[in-house]
Parts: sequence; C-alpha cells; structure tokens
Amino acid sequence: MTFQSTESGATAARPAQARPAPLFKQRAHDSLTDAKVQRAMRNFNLAGARARAVAEVDNFEELRTAAAAIRDRSLAMLDVWLERFEREATRRGTHVHWAETHEDINRIVVEIARRNAVRKVIKSKSMVSEESHLNQALEAAGLQVVETDLGEYIIQLSGETPSHIIAPAIHKTRDDVADLFHEHHGTPRKTEISELTMEARKFLREHFLSADMGISGSNFLIAETGSTFIVTNEGNGRMTTTMPRVHVAITGIEKVLPTLEDAAAMMRVLARSATGQTISNYISINTGPKRPGDTDGPEENHVIIVDAGRSRLLGTDMQEALRCIRCGACMNHCPVYQNIGGHAYGWVYPGPIGSVLTPNYIGLEKAVDLPNAATLCNQCGVVCPVKIPLPDLMRKLREKQVARGLRPWQERFGLKVWAWAAARPGVYAWLTRLGARLGRRMGGGEAAIHHLPGNGWTEGRDMPAPQGRTFRELYAARKGRT
Amino acid sequence: MSGANARSNILGRIRAARQAGGSVSAAESAAVEERFREHPVAVQPAMPWETRARFVQECGRMSSSVDEVADIAGVPAALARYLAERQLAPRAVCWPELAALDWAAAGLDVESRPARGDDLIGVTGVYLAIAETGTLMFLSSPDTPAATSLLPETHVAVVRADRIVRTMEDAWARMREEARDAPRAINFVSGPSRTADIEGQLQIGAHGPFRVHVVILG
Repeated sequence: MTFQSTESGATAARPAQARPAPLFKQRAHDSLTDAKVQRAMRNFNLAGARARAVAEVDNFEELRTAAAAIRDRSLAMLDVWLERFEREATRRGTHVHWAETHEDINRIVVEIARRNAVRKVIKSKSMVSEESHLNQALEAAGLQVVETDLGEYIIQLSGETPSHIIAPAIHKTRDDVADLFHEHHGTPRKTEISELTMEARKFLREHFLSADMGISGSNFLIAETGSTFIVTNEGNGRMTTTMPRVHVAITGIEKVLPTLEDAAAMMRVLARSATGQTISNYISINTGPKRPGDTDGPEENHVIIVDAGRSRLLGTDMQEALRCIRCGACMNHCPVYQNIGGHAYGWVYPGPIGSVLTPNYIGLEKAVDLPNAATLCNQCGVVCPVKIPLPDLMRKLREKQVARGLRPWQERFGLKVWAWAAARPGVYAWLTRLGARLGRRMGGGEAAIHHLPGNGWTEGRDMPAPQGRTFRELYAARKGRT
Repeated sequence: MSGANARSNILGRIRAARQAGGSVSAAESAAVEERFREHPVAVQPAMPWETRARFVQECGRMSSSVDEVADIAGVPAALARYLAERQLAPRAVCWPELAALDWAAAGLDVESRPARGDDLIGVTGVYLAIAETGTLMFLSSPDTPAATSLLPETHVAVVRADRIVRTMEDAWARMREEARDAPRAINFVSGPSRTADIEGQLQIGAHGPFRVHVVILG
C-alpha cells in the first residue's frame, strides 16, 4: 500500500490498476487497537468548525440545495460542458488530454515530463493521482517527485497513503513527524508543531524554486473560460501553478462547472463544509500558459481529464455520488470513520463517500465490506454540501451485493433458513420459543449474556438475556383472557 | 492516436448514458448558450452589512491586518509604520504601479521588480477586493507579477476603497464589464497561508506569506 518516498529513489512501478481493498475487518481492528492512531484521531474536530460556520449564514440549507442543483446540471450534460471547456482551454493555449484509465494518466504525465526534459516534479494534492499511483510511475521513469501539501509530504516521507482527503496525515502524531523530519532532513529533532511546520516550509521552498514541473488536482474545471480552479490553505497550489515551467492539472470528468458564478456558489458550501472557513485562503484559477511579457507562470499548461470508472455511474442509481466536491464533511461526521481512521477503508477515498466510490470505481466484489461499514445513521447525508444521499447509496450497494451473490455463504445460508422459517408461522413460533428459553439459560439467571460463543459481539458489551415468554405466547394468553 | 480514442470513447459513454440518445435538443442548446451569456447567480446568504465595514471585519477574521489611509501618497509612511511595529527590515519589492511613490522619504528601500525566493516583503495593488470574505483578487499580467504576493514572508496589498465589491459574483461581473478575458492566473488571497496538517493544530505561514497587511485608500 505504500508509494516510494523521494529518498528511496526509483523502483519498478506496481501495476497501476486498482488494487483490491484489503481485509477491512482486519484493518479496522488494527486501527481500533492502535493507541497512537486512536490518540491522533481525537485531535480532529472539523465537525465543530463546520457547525459554527454553517450557523453564521441564515440559509445554509438553501445554499446546499443550490449547490446540489448546480452539480446536477453539470452531470446532466457533462459532454456539453466538457467540450466547451476543451474548446476554451485550447483556444487559450492549454493542452487538453483525455485519460480513460489510470494507466493513461501515468503514461500522459510521463510523456509530458520526457518531452520537457523534466527532472524534478512538485505536486500539490491530487486525489486522482493517488488513484493511479502516479508517484510510483514517475519514479520508475527516473523522476524525483515531491509532495508539497504538508500532510501529503509527511506521508510521502513515511511511505504511507492519505488517511483523509483534506487532512492526509491526521493519523500521525507530532512525534511521528519529528522522527520523520529528523531522519529525512538530517536536522536536529524538533518537537514543537510550529518548528516542524517551519522546517517543512524551508525544505519545500527549495523544491518549489528548483522543480521543472508542477502537478496539481483541480477542484473544478470552468467551461466558459477553460480554466482550472484550485483551492488550498497552504498556498502550495499557487506555488505549483506559478513557479515551475510546466504545469499539469489532473481531474475527473465530473468536476466541470459551466460558469465562474457556479464556482462562487460552490465555494460558499465547500469551505464551510471542509474546514469551517467562509473561504479557503487561496484560490488559483489558471487559464493557459504564461502570456507575452508575463514574468511568472508555466511555459506549458496541461489538463488531463480522467474517466477511470466515472462515466459508468452516469445515468444509473449511483449518479448522485458524482456530485461530490471532496470536502471531507461525511468522514468528519461519521462515527465509524472517527474510530477506525482512513486506512481501514483500503483505497483512496475513505469514509462514507469512499464506501460508495470504491466499490463503484474498482468493483463491488473487491470492496464487499465497505457498503456495510456504516450504521446508516445519515450524519453524512445531513452534512453533505451537495446532498448526496450516502446511506441510500450504501443500501443500494448492499442490495447489489446480495443480488450478485457476493455476500458470505454463512450470511446467505442464514437468510435462507430465516426466510424458510418466517414463511411457516408454526415453525417460527416454535423456534422463537426455543430461542427465548435457550437465551434465558445462557444468562444463567442474570439479565445479561456475557459471552456469546463464536461471536465477537459480546467482547465489549453484554447481550440482554430474554426474560419470560415470547410475544406470541403473551399475545395468545391475553387473547384467551378476553 | 490513443488520445483521440480516449476522447471519443469517454464522450461516447457520457452521451450513451444520457436520455434521448445523447443528442442535445434545440431548447437545451438555447439554455446552455443563455447560461454562458447571462451568468445566472445562485441563491446567496442574506447580506445585511455595509461593504467596507464587512471587508475590514472579514480581513480580521482571516488574520489579515488592516490600515486605512486617505490617499496613495500616504502609503509609504503607513508601510514604514507597519514594518517598524513588527521590527521588520525596511526593504521591499513592489509592483510597477507603486514604483513612483516616495518610499525613500519614509526611510524605505523599495525596488520595483517581481519578488524572488529570498525577498522578505512584497508590496502590490489588487484588481478587486471582496467584502463578503475579506478576499484580495489578483489578475496576472506583466505589470502585476503573481510572485510578489506569494513568495515573500510579508505581503502588503494596497486597496482603493472603490475597488471593494460585495461578493465573488460581483467580481466576475466587474471583470467582464471591464472587458477582460480570464488572464493566465486569477488569484484569490484571503489572509496568510495556513495549515493544520499536524495534529489538527492551526499554523500560520505554511508556504505563502506569514503576514498579509491590507492598506485601504480613501
């Protein structure tokens, strides 16, 4: 699951195809029993910041409704907006590329780098490039790659993947970071967060000024002007699009918006939902390469528009998932994510949106546990700035799993037995009576069962022991009385 | 060429997923053109505030400091005061539009050139400022280098009061009115650079400036 750090040099790239999500239950268990991860997760309270920011406007519900409508309008005529984007971007000197697969992304970027004799690449955050393991592909091509978002930089040094889409290193403690910087920078070990941030600034500034190529994501594509629209708080997005001589933005087909006004409406819900800000510190809207006389900006500007499974969702009962603007609010409010962290989800996108996107992008059979890794409490659905009905989508994925026979045989067999019994009232009544008596005996005269054999459920809590007679018995008795 | 195939395959799949076999009706086509022509604005929050007061307040919330001077001639003295208060060296680079100010009289050494990686203070104008969010808006051009508001540790922005608009939508309308196509870079800056990537603790000055100081004219 790791990609190579810049220090370890080029290695053979792992095939870029989607890897199967590893055993979710094992990973969740590992996170839950890792005291350090548990401590790090407690540091995290973006939910409170969001609540305060949302309360400051009088009509956040209307803003969400409008944002969802804007995204739906984009998705309804995606081809029309994408073609307009391509035309306007090309007219202003941007090279537009189309990638059907993750392999296409990596191949296109490596080709651009080769053509421009690129040696060092700096990156601001791009989740799509995490999907394609772009860093590995670039390193295999002999390029040095440096992540510049502080969180991404930390996990690049530690050889990990992001555990949150906007706070990628939230599972690390300051001590972890202190060790990493001491080891990789060869500097005296620092302990204060402010010192660590300054040290990263100093090292990354050198990279910004010496890199040949900058790679970024793009929160939105603007059709009317052919622009990329990049949101950051650190300013690394601005650096990446301003300093190197080649810029490549990589983003999904679903990210296109018709107008700059649409982007303004999206920003009102994006910043509030992500970090509780009214706006992010930096928005960089880039249109084409350096113009005549300009003293900064790239000489070549590229945009890679990526499908990689997205178009399959269009026109299906999963289309609403494509509204996602990657704010992270669903995971910030998810009781499951808050406890197990992002790595347990096994692929690029964690939390509720990950539980929907991962099975859709890499295959339902490769992520059997994910749609079930939720209580369907709908905290995610309530906070989603574009009103994605996440619990409904997870429920639909569960139904698809059953329909395709992807559930474990024990579950399928159990449900068959239950269905057989439930269709026979006499048998059902007899079984419930038997179950109630058996449960009472397991309680051993107490009101609770402390240990259910062959089941981890009672490891952390008791199971109430059935008391007295079944509902049917009581009902029959009452009916007899009247 | 595989790129051309990828393009037609992707657009083909998108069209196949659409109703009506992916063709665009005359009415739909008209709606698309109207959207690009009219730039409709979505619902906004209530904005029961006065433009300038809101801008000053929101600058503060985004951790920008604000000074107000009567006219452009007052800028050098205001900058000198700001730098002295923070014990910053009186040396800066500025945009060409500010080159003619009498910096020397205020005891400042200000060069008119784009900032480099080791310049500590950059002084710029702005294209517009946005009251709703305390935001500075920059359009790139040979005379408005982006590096000057990005690389130095301290960024000082001179904002004429009549260039403060209420919302981002208003800024787009003004940009079109003034007959400007999107330049290479439109940058919005709202306060100093920040990060909370280590233990969720807010730190100022991740990659961009540590300090953003706004001087309002008039």
